[in-house]
Amino acid sequence: MTNAIHILNASVLAAVDLMTIVRPVTDVFGHPAELEPASLNVAMAYDNTRRQYNSTALLAQILKRRGTSGGKSITVVDVDLYIPVLTFVFGEAQFSGEAAIVSTHRLRNQFYGMPRNDGLLVGRLSKEIIHELGHTFGLYHCRQFECVMRSSTYVEEIDLKHAVPCPACQDMIRKQNNTQEYLTGKNP
Amino acid sequence: MNNKNSLLIVDDEAIVRDSLSKWFREDGYTIGLAENAAAALRQLQAGHWDVILLDIKMPGMDGMELQQRIREIEPSATIIFITAHASVDTAVQALKNGAFDYVTKPIDPDHLSHLVANALKQRALSNENLQLKERFTEFFKGDEIIGDSPQMKKVFDLIQTVAATDTTVMIRGESGSGKELIARAIHSNSQRKYFPIVTVNCGALAEGILESELFGHERGAFTGAQYRRKGKIELSDGGTLFLDEVGNIDMKTQMDLLRVLETKQFTRVGGNDIIKVDFRIICATNKDIEKAITDGSFREDLYYRLNVFTIVVPPIRERKTDIPILANYFMRKYAQTMGRAITGISPDAMDVLVRYDWPGNVRELENAIERAMVVGKPPAIQMDDLPFQLTEKKKKSRTGSLSDMERDHIEGILEQNNWNISRSAEVLQIDRVTLYNKIGKYGLKKGS
Repeated sequence: MTNAIHILNASVLAAVDLMTIVRPVTDVFGHPAELEPASLNVAMAYDNTRRQYNSTALLAQILKRRGTSGGKSITVVDVDLYIPVLTFVFGEAQFSGEAAIVSTHRLRNQFYGMPRNDGLLVGRLSKEIIHELGHTFGLYHCRQFECVMRSSTYVEEIDLKHAVPCPACQDMIRKQNNTQEYLTGKNP
Repeated sequence: MNNKNSLLIVDDEAIVRDSLSKWFREDGYTIGLAENAAAALRQLQAGHWDVILLDIKMPGMDGMELQQRIREIEPSATIIFITAHASVDTAVQALKNGAFDYVTKPIDPDHLSHLVANALKQRALSNENLQLKERFTEFFKGDEIIGDSPQMKKVFDLIQTVAATDTTVMIRGESGSGKELIARAIHSNSQRKYFPIVTVNCGALAEGILESELFGHERGAFTGAQYRRKGKIELSDGGTLFLDEVGNIDMKTQMDLLRVLETKQFTRVGGNDIIKVDFRIICATNKDIEKAITDGSFREDLYYRLNVFTIVVPPIRERKTDIPILANYFMRKYAQTMGRAITGISPDAMDVLVRYDWPGNVRELENAIERAMVVGKPPAIQMDDLPFQLTEKKKKSRTGSLSDMERDHIEGILEQNNWNISRSAEVLQIDRVTLYNKIGKYGLKKGS
């Protein structure tokens, strides 16, 4: 399906855990989400000095692999991501584009010396997936404290926000979808 | 967050430009990119940028040199240095040259977001501050010094001339002629306008209190001095010290004040610390200071210090053409503040206002109009609304002697109170018998 949202699991997380994310993604973006296994050559993006993985390089690899297939995709990885000028990123998206990447690395409680909590991890991942996909739909960061599109630079900030966009951001997604349908002739 | 702010990213590394532009694009910023100094200068000449993120090490012109060039184009530019090569010396130099901040790559994303947000907030506050200053300046252009007479035009010229300098000014004029307004106009048109003008009413304070008021005091300097207190001189640092009724300052304080004027430093009462101050003095007096010097009650050296540039405010009786302008101004002012629908002054009432000599000057005129606005009925102030009735007899009797003034005053009070003896005696604060005696002495009669 051309307009499907592909959640590509290149992490060690079990598919059954990620299945809980499919429904919220479908509901928020109004397109069916599909969970698929995936593999990624993360080694090519490794920076020996930083001991981190360049998310921009990984995103380029994802785009090259997916070719011209329609819809949007987000790839879930486990490695610690960075963009060159910043110390780390939770994820990266092609703004108004087709692909995004998100990492579980800094979403895990163990990273912060806390006990493992899989439920919390999936909750955080769900929010970050919707957040990065939101950018692929052309959404900017939102000032609303609880909106999923609010910028989060600490994991605690992710915990504070909800897994859904605020009404204004939701409205933006709706408008984007209407424009897209109009352009593709589905809703002339 | 659809952001209207703009960022110019100047870095020779494409990967840094791309990373930063992606990061900030998600916040909705308008992004400009420049790979070297020449491209950055082109971008700056083409448009306005709220914040400039600037790499220090670049081939050709480096970031530090580019900062100087940017300042020439846009002095208020907000610049944040980003570099991979941290050095305290470079950071200090960048901040000394006016950079907003300095960060080292890789940057904590939270720090970067807050840094740019703070830079924008500070820029917005600076802009708002400038706008308020502009509005403040405009506000003071329309202050309450009103007059179209040649005498007042001369005063306006003098204010304009002296305001731009830092010269000490002595304003002379009768009580109520608006000396303080002149002082404020000089201050608000001077370089010191963004600092306070501090007024000290020298005539209203006793000797010891005036000293403490001017110089402040340390804790325990005298009985009751429980806390350290800053004096008016200290408070006027950077601004203007306005000494009203300067002719009333006692000899000891005159000597202390002279020392402050000469050295621009002083100590608080009961203190030892020398406090340096930078202020301008404007003083005002309605006294004959020259006579006070002859009498020995005012120091000649202080007089010469204070009397560098003199502005004489003419009494209102010497500029009668200003009376209708002033009266109408006060009428409009009180109509607005009191919410009254009075829109004019009848010709008879205006004639009375113009003929009266106004010993209390503009202050008395303002009070008269304020009272008329209270008792008068729309649409216009009438003669009866004024707090006095001018008669030819009153005018003729004004010789200036004490007995003539007493007679005029008693007659005026009697007329105001419709010749009610008890009420008039109460206003005059004398008993009824004394009032009867005065009426007999001056031959006053009702309706005469």
